[in-house]
Amino acid sequence: MYPNDIKYTKDHEWIRDEGGVCVVGITAHAASQLGDVTYVELPEIGQDVKKGAAVASVESVKAASDIYSPVRGRIAEVNDDLLGKPELVNQSPYDQGWFFKLDDVDTADLRHLMDAAKYEAFVAEHAE
Amino acid sequence: MSWVPSTPAERDAMLAAIGVGSIDELFESIPADLRLKSWDVPEGRSEMSVRSLMAAIANRNSIGRVCFLGGGYYDHFIPAAVDALTSRSEFYTAYTPYQPECAQGTLQSIYEYQSAICRLTEMEFANASLYDGGTAVFEATTMAVRVTKRTRVVCHPSLNPTHRILLDTHARNLELDIVEGADPTDAACVIVQNPSFLGTVNDFTALAEKCHAAGALLVVSFYPLSLGLLKTPGEMGADIAVAEGQSLGIPLGFGGPYLGVMATRKEFVRKMPGRIAAQTEDHDGRRGFVLTLQAREQHIRREKAMSNICSNEALCALRALIYMSLLGKQGLRDAAVQCHSKAEYLKSKLTFAKILNDGPTFNEFAVRLRKPANEVVSRMLDKGFLAGLPLSSVGAGEANDLLIAVTEKRTREEIDEFVRALESASCS
Amino acid sequence: MQLIYEKSREGCRAITFDALDVPEAPLPAGLLRAEAARLPELGEIEVVRHFTNLSRRNFGVDSHFYPLGSCTMKYNPKMAEAVAAEPGLARLHPHLSSSPAYWPACQGALQLVYETERLLAEIGGMKQVSIQPIAGAHGELAGTLLIAAYHRAKGRHRDTILIPDSAHGTNPASAAIAGFKVVQIPSAPDGTLDVGAFKAALNDSVAAIMLTCPNTHGLFEPGIREIAAAAHEHDTLLYYDGANLNAIIGQCRPGDLGFDVMHFNLHKTFATPHGMGGPGCGPVGVGPRLEPFLPGPRVVKDGDAYSLVTPEQSIGKMSCFFGNFMIAVRAYAYIRHLGDKGLKEVAQYAVLNANYIHARLKDAYTPAFGLRFMHECVFTAAPQAKKGVKALDIAKALLDRGYHAPTIYFPLTVKESIMIEPTETESKQTLDDFCDAMLEIAALADRNDNDLAHAPFTMPVGRLDEVKAARELNCAC
Repeated sequence: MYPNDIKYTKDHEWIRDEGGVCVVGITAHAASQLGDVTYVELPEIGQDVKKGAAVASVESVKAASDIYSPVRGRIAEVNDDLLGKPELVNQSPYDQGWFFKLDDVDTADLRHLMDAAKYEAFVAEHAE
Repeated sequence: MSWVPSTPAERDAMLAAIGVGSIDELFESIPADLRLKSWDVPEGRSEMSVRSLMAAIANRNSIGRVCFLGGGYYDHFIPAAVDALTSRSEFYTAYTPYQPECAQGTLQSIYEYQSAICRLTEMEFANASLYDGGTAVFEATTMAVRVTKRTRVVCHPSLNPTHRILLDTHARNLELDIVEGADPTDAACVIVQNPSFLGTVNDFTALAEKCHAAGALLVVSFYPLSLGLLKTPGEMGADIAVAEGQSLGIPLGFGGPYLGVMATRKEFVRKMPGRIAAQTEDHDGRRGFVLTLQAREQHIRREKAMSNICSNEALCALRALIYMSLLGKQGLRDAAVQCHSKAEYLKSKLTFAKILNDGPTFNEFAVRLRKPANEVVSRMLDKGFLAGLPLSSVGAGEANDLLIAVTEKRTREEIDEFVRALESASCS
Repeated sequence: MQLIYEKSREGCRAITFDALDVPEAPLPAGLLRAEAARLPELGEIEVVRHFTNLSRRNFGVDSHFYPLGSCTMKYNPKMAEAVAAEPGLARLHPHLSSSPAYWPACQGALQLVYETERLLAEIGGMKQVSIQPIAGAHGELAGTLLIAAYHRAKGRHRDTILIPDSAHGTNPASAAIAGFKVVQIPSAPDGTLDVGAFKAALNDSVAAIMLTCPNTHGLFEPGIREIAAAAHEHDTLLYYDGANLNAIIGQCRPGDLGFDVMHFNLHKTFATPHGMGGPGCGPVGVGPRLEPFLPGPRVVKDGDAYSLVTPEQSIGKMSCFFGNFMIAVRAYAYIRHLGDKGLKEVAQYAVLNANYIHARLKDAYTPAFGLRFMHECVFTAAPQAKKGVKALDIAKALLDRGYHAPTIYFPLTVKESIMIEPTETESKQTLDDFCDAMLEIAALADRNDNDLAHAPFTMPVGRLDEVKAARELNCAC
């Protein structure tokens, strides 16, 4: 159900190592919990971010949520497409709905994050 | 004395259905020793008795025969239809439009109000209103801080000194650096007022450009009725426009309720506090209105919200909308022309006082009298005039300085009589 | 319905003024707007019809039972409106309070400020009250600013305020503006505050705890004495959110329960009109510890004469004058009408009515908690939701049956919550009719009635597309 080539956080972000840069977005589960996304706020390019820093935010009609950086790094690129088409977060969470890319990442940091199976179990455990 | 409609028999039937013997049993969760023992609240009085009591208290006030008192709050004419329409209980006994299907009257009126404010100010977005003009200055400040991520706030000398006190009080613990002046360097915003508290009209276009070059916002606090004539915040390049909306059909009422107006540019709308209505449609394609961008607000974002504000002054916003609809495009201009021309007429007659403004004024100006303003105002009160605001009382001038306002309600006759009375009160 | 701008016809006028009786004075062209504001151009009858017809697209307390939980939608007495129309009040200039020279002209108004504050203090068990805060949330901000001033004056840094997870969102938002960090305290499974968790969170950095009592689950906090004692041991202050004062007015007083500071919602407990979302009025009350810091100026009485003084240690001003004075005037008239006995009846019947609704609905809807509810009862529609009928659907079905919906999806601590607050001003007949409608909807939900998902059917519009509204942001024309 969740892609195997990415890692997951307890705050429902995902991160994919694309060799040199890491792409970050939110999971299909998070997107469906929010409902139809109406707005995304993206970080400034070039900004150094710490692990767990609130760097972006996402809004739906009934909810707002911060997006935390899963690892330490520097914002290399942001997905400007989301500004005009926030629905991409719901429609294509792992592909066109990505939020930002990080460089200057120590890929060893990714090891501490959950894999697909662990994340799936985590979601199941926290569903009521 | 009560508005409880239940009869004793109905009360007993309800108690029986609940399964308790008395109303008191329902309060058993309150520890007995914490229950009220006594309080000093008088016995109730009939409606008739309360009405005469209140009339007697109201009669201890004097609204004056002729009003030249302003200072941000003005004795403008309010058409009867404003009172008649806002007295409809479908408006005033409704609450926040949580269920939009049964609150389209509220929501469409908010949308129309927002449109009127945008048209008045030539800004792109307006909210559904804030508490009043003073707190709107504070809200604009924190909004500018959010947008720019800077903490320096510059208050221009034109700003109402009481609004400045409000800003200091509200922002006390926000670690802002609030200073006076006009230098936008490293500032979140420069806050100006037009016309100034003393009534001087300015064009802040150049300051707006300077602000933008420095990465700061320009906040313009304006006088709504003056925009019947004056250059708008939008034309000047303001980023946030705020106002005390009292001049738009809201009674003076000793300070409130009033109307906090706020408008901004599209790029900042998501940082704006307060409710916002938007147009949309239902599944059959019928046009309707809802509250939108609620994720900015406290009930969703809690401590990270744009503001703690939870209400708006909807009924006052409705008054403003009806007022602007009745006056219309030409009427608002006419009202502004009357205010300005009558003030200029008065100014031309005050040969015995020194005008303190250093530029053109709209409907209010400051003068230096030959005697302390408080003393003059007292004498004028005896003659039925509210002669103006002694500026020393709000920390905006010296003992002899008086701020005088003229509205469309004043006649030439009243102004002539005022001039004679003021001359005798301040020169003899 | 058309927008008023769509009805506008060029050159049409409603209100006109007398011809100018002085020379028209010029202003420099550079100071003028380029074009007149595009306000509507209509005849007076068209404006009147437009707004009359708009009003008919609203539910109000005068037209519909409005059991919106946590909002206290009681009857707004016409008497209070008549009182507020007194010209000596409605047309009184606020700057009459600014200069002592004008104080003789506003003695009646100052008397009303003074007496309203005295009566509210008595009702809340507080030492003093200020009517400056303009709304409930503004009262919270005033209260938290006072708390900050108190600890600052003691020369210590307290950066945290504790707030239950069931609190209104304004509590944490107000605390944040007053400069505090918010720590959330969980509710116990029975819906009351988890006193153990509260005690564990208490330490010398905690400035205050903000409580609503009864809380937003409709339950009186049984541990209130223990909470107050534990807090005061650390000189942590207790803030009382007056949102639910209607449940206890005349039965007990926040000050006697141990609260140091509170706000009142005059538009709830004291029946001033909600006005489609405002104006409200949110006076702040304080015990002796916070009295020196109250916003100024304060009205003081000497014989029959009233004057103004500003406390030396005042936090400043919450509003330019006396807040929403004309709302406070209505509340004053309400208090004087009801008096001692009438005010006590308010809570008695508010609690009776809520418990009656609970008794009639508890088999068809699941009460969220087992303890005795006070002035409102909270149900969860989770069982109905499993059958495909959500709290939202139940709310919309009520509109079709002529009732404003209860509060739904608040408190956030209860899934599919339905929060019903009838108030004391409703008759048994109205409550019965409403309960019958609720029971009918429950029966429909039980049969998986599909129609409920599409309700309402009788309103001017059906369910509106909020996603479209948020994405397109058409907020003005």
